Amino acid sequence: MEKRVTFKGWLLPLCLIAPQVFISAVFFFYPAGQAVWQSLFIPDPFGLSSQFVGLENFEYLLGDPYYRASFVTTAIFSTLVTLAAMIPALFLAVMADRLVKSAGVYRTLLIWPYAVAPAVAGVLWLFMFNTRVGVIAWYLGQLGYDWNHVLNEGEAMGLVVVASAWGRISYNFLFFFAALQAVPRSIIEAAAIDGARFWRRFFTIVLPLLSPTTFFLLVVNIVYAFFETFGVIHTITSGGPQQATTILVYKVFSDGFVGQDLGSSAAQSVILLIVVGLLTVLQFKYIEKRVHY
Amino acid sequence: MATVELDDIKKRFGATEVIKGVSVDVADGEFIVIVGPSGCGKSTLLRMVAGLETISDGELRINGTRANEREPMDRDIAMVFQNYALYPHMSVAQNMGYGLRIKGLPKAEIAAKVRDAAELLQLTELLDRKPRQLSGGQRQRVAMGRAIVREPSVFLFDEPLSNLDAKLRVQMRLEIRELQAKLGITSLYVTHDQVEAMTMADRMIVMNEGRAEQIGTPLDVYERPESLFAAQFIGSPSMNVVAAEGREDGLHLGDMVLPNPTGAHGTVMLGLRPEHLSPDPGGPITMEVLLAEPLGANTLLHGRLANGQSFTVSLPGVHRAGHGSQTLRLSIPPDKMHVFDKKSGRRLG
Ligand SMILES: Nc1ncnc2c1ncn2[C@@H]1O[C@H](COP(=O)(O)OP(=O)(O)OP(=O)(O)O)[C@@H](O)[C@H]1O
Ligand SMILES: [Mg+2]
Repeated sequence: MEKRVTFKGWLLPLCLIAPQVFISAVFFFYPAGQAVWQSLFIPDPFGLSSQFVGLENFEYLLGDPYYRASFVTTAIFSTLVTLAAMIPALFLAVMADRLVKSAGVYRTLLIWPYAVAPAVAGVLWLFMFNTRVGVIAWYLGQLGYDWNHVLNEGEAMGLVVVASAWGRISYNFLFFFAALQAVPRSIIEAAAIDGARFWRRFFTIVLPLLSPTTFFLLVVNIVYAFFETFGVIHTITSGGPQQATTILVYKVFSDGFVGQDLGSSAAQSVILLIVVGLLTVLQFKYIEKRVHY
Repeated sequence: MATVELDDIKKRFGATEVIKGVSVDVADGEFIVIVGPSGCGKSTLLRMVAGLETISDGELRINGTRANEREPMDRDIAMVFQNYALYPHMSVAQNMGYGLRIKGLPKAEIAAKVRDAAELLQLTELLDRKPRQLSGGQRQRVAMGRAIVREPSVFLFDEPLSNLDAKLRVQMRLEIRELQAKLGITSLYVTHDQVEAMTMADRMIVMNEGRAEQIGTPLDVYERPESLFAAQFIGSPSMNVVAAEGREDGLHLGDMVLPNPTGAHGTVMLGLRPEHLSPDPGGPITMEVLLAEPLGANTLLHGRLANGQSFTVSLPGVHRAGHGSQTLRLSIPPDKMHVFDKKSGRRLG
């Protein structure tokens, strides 16, 4: 039975939702409104006045090859980060789930990376791969591989992807692990008796039963790759080399705060907002159909 | 198409021994019911046969060859679980065909076999539904269907009816039994319900605390229980058990003297089934009736003997006795008296 509370007046319910509304208003609607407003202006070079230009900022952006390149970079980056954060997490969770004895210890150890802030993670990875002092870069050099993410675009992308995905593996692991533990044991046993061995069971029974979790993590990880990887990119590559790792969010920052083009930066934020909104709607509309609740 | 032999099978979880050595030879096509109270190890025993638990000691032979180390998929068995364990993301047809798909049968053949099984179980209309769209009874049938399409050599059932209502349980009980007889597949069936055990079993294993108290046909167990436990577990209402003193002239129960069919001496436990007692003005047993339960076809009279021990009698038809205290004289034929050793609980004579 579902329990519903019915309120008599309107004052109490109003008070109950007020904090939520207040927080949304202050931290989301107000800045979003500001961004939309600003995107319609171009400030003068000294930032003393601004001129209304309508949709010109958008027009300019959509025609800008750098901006379009940033779109592609973002697509590649977020796909790679999502995959790199989810597949190892799932694999580790499956292994931990098979473990009977020390699963607890294993789980605790795996959670630690999540406690590391993205920017710190960035610095950590940067040190390991630093072209002059990095341990891993040095080892790679010993093996005859000349690592240089400062110049090589592919290596730069690889490094920011790994550094961004690394901490997320813990987070995803926790969800996958919990979901695996919730799969009824008798269903797995029934499949074993039906003749399916471990990996067959995994792909035909376990994975489909995990789909609500997988779907949720997919959305969360894509949003993470879009918005929260700024610190990693800023510390490791600052968007370079040659914009190779400049994702949309990073471009908002570099155009707005470094380039001081606030109008364009605001317009980019608005586009970003629309893109993420669309992405989420799309995900829920199409992928959810394949999810078995 | 298979025999199953359990040879002194034991199971330990850590230091605790849960199954303390069970041996039984199941003949081809036989329907064996494992019955016992909760926690006695029925499921554990069945799961060892299925390969879902390792066997700590002893040998399991399927069709005469050792199967201890075989994986569940290599034992040619099918199992019906208490919660049915249907695959929630698959349709009924996919659930039933899963095992065949794993075997790599062609699609057309799978479809044909699933259709046949569905017809047998009256599931044809439901083939496209998901498990969550089915009633408990229908799910139970699908679980059965999933077991039979694979044509295994052995069926294992772990309390498959315990989630159904009483009426459906009776119906499904018959259906399972008919189906098994038709297919002739060797079956092991776990239940804690002694009525299910009595009505379904070719032979039953009465289990208690990890031991097989008795293995035999339902009537054997009813008429000649080998232990106090089996005597009290099988039969409803359960058997009256009273302490008695064996002497030359008979069994003494306080002032009452009954015949002594086994000639036992010293203190023994005497078992008398409520339905075997009959009113007899000159009978040796005197009972004070405290409560009557009219069940329609018969009446249960609850009361106590002169020494205070509680006692139950089942009399045919409606019996007007019982409100307020009233004494009743009873007798019992000597061949219906069961005498057990006081210490070991084993049957005497
Ligand atoms: N994995 C396990 N680890 C430790 N003890 C266990 C384990 N599984 C079962 N047991 C113990 O073994 C005993 C028998 O359990 P089992 O499940 O076989 O009982 P059962 O006869 O099927 O009971 P029920 O009628 O309640 O299903 C119980 O005392 C239980 O606590
Ligand atoms: Mg059980």
